[in-house]
Amino acid sequence: MVGVKTVPSPAISADDRSHEVDHPSSQLALFGTEQPLRLDCGVDLSPFQIAYQTYGELNADRSNAVLICHALTGDQHVANVHPVTGKPGWWETLVGPGRPLDPDRYFIICSNVIGGCMGSTGPASINPATGKVWGLDFPVITIPDMVRAQAMLIDRLGIDTLFAVVGGSMGGMQVLQWTAAYPARVYSALAIACATRHSAQNIAFHELGRQAVMADPDWHNGGYADHGIHPHRGLAVARMAAHITYLSDAALHRKFGRRMQDRELPTFSFDADFQVESYLRYQGSSFVERFDANSYLYLTRAMDYFDIAADHGGVLAKAFTGIQTRFCVVSFTSDWLFPTSESRALVHALNASSARVSFAEIETDRGHDAFLLDVPEFFEISRAFLQSAGKARGLTDKDG
Amino acid sequence: MSAQEVLPFNGIVTTQSGNIRADHLLVAEMVKPGSKVLDVGCGEGDLLQLLETRGIDGRGIELSREGVNRCVAKGLAVVQGDADTDLVNYPDDAFDYVILSQTLQATRQPKVVLENLLRIGRRAIVSFPNFGFWRMRLQLLIGGHMPRTENLPASWYDTANIHFCTIKDFVELCDEIHVKMERAEALDLYGRPLRLRLPWWVWNLFGEQGVFLLSRGGGK
Repeated sequence: MVGVKTVPSPAISADDRSHEVDHPSSQLALFGTEQPLRLDCGVDLSPFQIAYQTYGELNADRSNAVLICHALTGDQHVANVHPVTGKPGWWETLVGPGRPLDPDRYFIICSNVIGGCMGSTGPASINPATGKVWGLDFPVITIPDMVRAQAMLIDRLGIDTLFAVVGGSMGGMQVLQWTAAYPARVYSALAIACATRHSAQNIAFHELGRQAVMADPDWHNGGYADHGIHPHRGLAVARMAAHITYLSDAALHRKFGRRMQDRELPTFSFDADFQVESYLRYQGSSFVERFDANSYLYLTRAMDYFDIAADHGGVLAKAFTGIQTRFCVVSFTSDWLFPTSESRALVHALNASSARVSFAEIETDRGHDAFLLDVPEFFEISRAFLQSAGKARGLTDKDG
Repeated sequence: MSAQEVLPFNGIVTTQSGNIRADHLLVAEMVKPGSKVLDVGCGEGDLLQLLETRGIDGRGIELSREGVNRCVAKGLAVVQGDADTDLVNYPDDAFDYVILSQTLQATRQPKVVLENLLRIGRRAIVSFPNFGFWRMRLQLLIGGHMPRTENLPASWYDTANIHFCTIKDFVELCDEIHVKMERAEALDLYGRPLRLRLPWWVWNLFGEQGVFLLSRGGGK
């Protein structure tokens, strides 16, 4: 018989994950019925909550606040041990003592996006109207909705202008949406490996992922919570497909080549003979430990709908007319999910608006994921951009 | 320009803010403080840094990725781009000055680039190596070789400079496209201005490079 092995079941129980949904190991901002979140789809979401982490202290002028926007499968645990996985924060390369975003100098905020599953209201949360999990009854959200919710959090924290809004990928989309929606509240913007709209190819990959989730019989039309299960096989396949798009041919070849996993010869089966297969299966199974399947559907949808130009009469430059924000746009040569051409289109629009913009393309073979990895040139550029903006803003420069 | 400067010796002027190229100092002197400037082909950002110390809001475009990344790492507002293809993205009157320093000869369409400079900027500052310089003429006349100098060391087959001109050629181009010359300077081999008011043919012979402050609507 031919050996068949699919993705292993998660080692961490669904209880750990679902506990974080409603009772996160984070600070919580609760917004009652008097403060609904007005969504693009026309629904007023109310009540709702936002889970967030902060690092460092807000200065007396309230001028040193930095908002970090997380990517599709990220969360608010930027620079602390993750409460579910026990792994380090996802951006400890950029955020921490002596790093470009040093809590000693900045008050750093990161909130879980609306629609997420780490404590901000999303499809895995309890719908107060029914006392049951929202599931597919949760309204469809957009990137502008996420940013609107973040702005309400920033208001709640008593911050008028953010010194910087920083993010990569879906986080970069939020950065751009911040500058388009609240230009006067963003002093500087660091937009990494992103675009002003989601491309047809990227929508196609997201649809593939969603179909994988929906094809899992455990999905139950989104009602899996009622059945006490989670469609982890479908979600793992979605993650595996997506993960390939975050890497590059060169990086996969360098990392794995055609090397075999713990064996010398092929087994003539569908077991994970190749290291690259084993790696992908691991990526899939570790992802489902910490992520909700419906949340994945909603957040990928939000990215698909993103198109700043469409919200401004089809002319991208109009989104940034007269903007005073200082921009730094960064792309990576081997990123084929958000290629440099997308960043260049953004830069051209910013130039047409006479915005102050720096744009650097960084050479690396590590693909889209490069923004999360140890890429010294990227850190050097981020540090210099923030330092120069800090100087212009009159922030004291503690390390000269 | 002030007393803190020592005499230029090799084209480098020492000031309180460090060693600065003489032609950069001349360009910086032409820019009014507080204005908004685009430096096209800004290299590693030396001129932009000099301008920023004088309270000028400077932006840059640079072709080479290494150059751009070094500029951005210095905190400068520089983007990767090509003078031939990317200037069209800038709106009219976006800058007070657009600077093209030692880059004109490397563009594919110098005339179009020059027109774009004066569309984007109310004024343009253009500098370029003068192929009418006596040493250049001598190399071709006596040596029979395409000229090479300390500032232009590349051989004909690997140079990025594809559209060389003389000061006289450039003056004629400005006339042809109705560009007004507000100020013209020729620099000697060390980047020092030939301060004397001399006829064009002398500048064309003894100027190693020309620096021009241009505005719209001149010519014949």
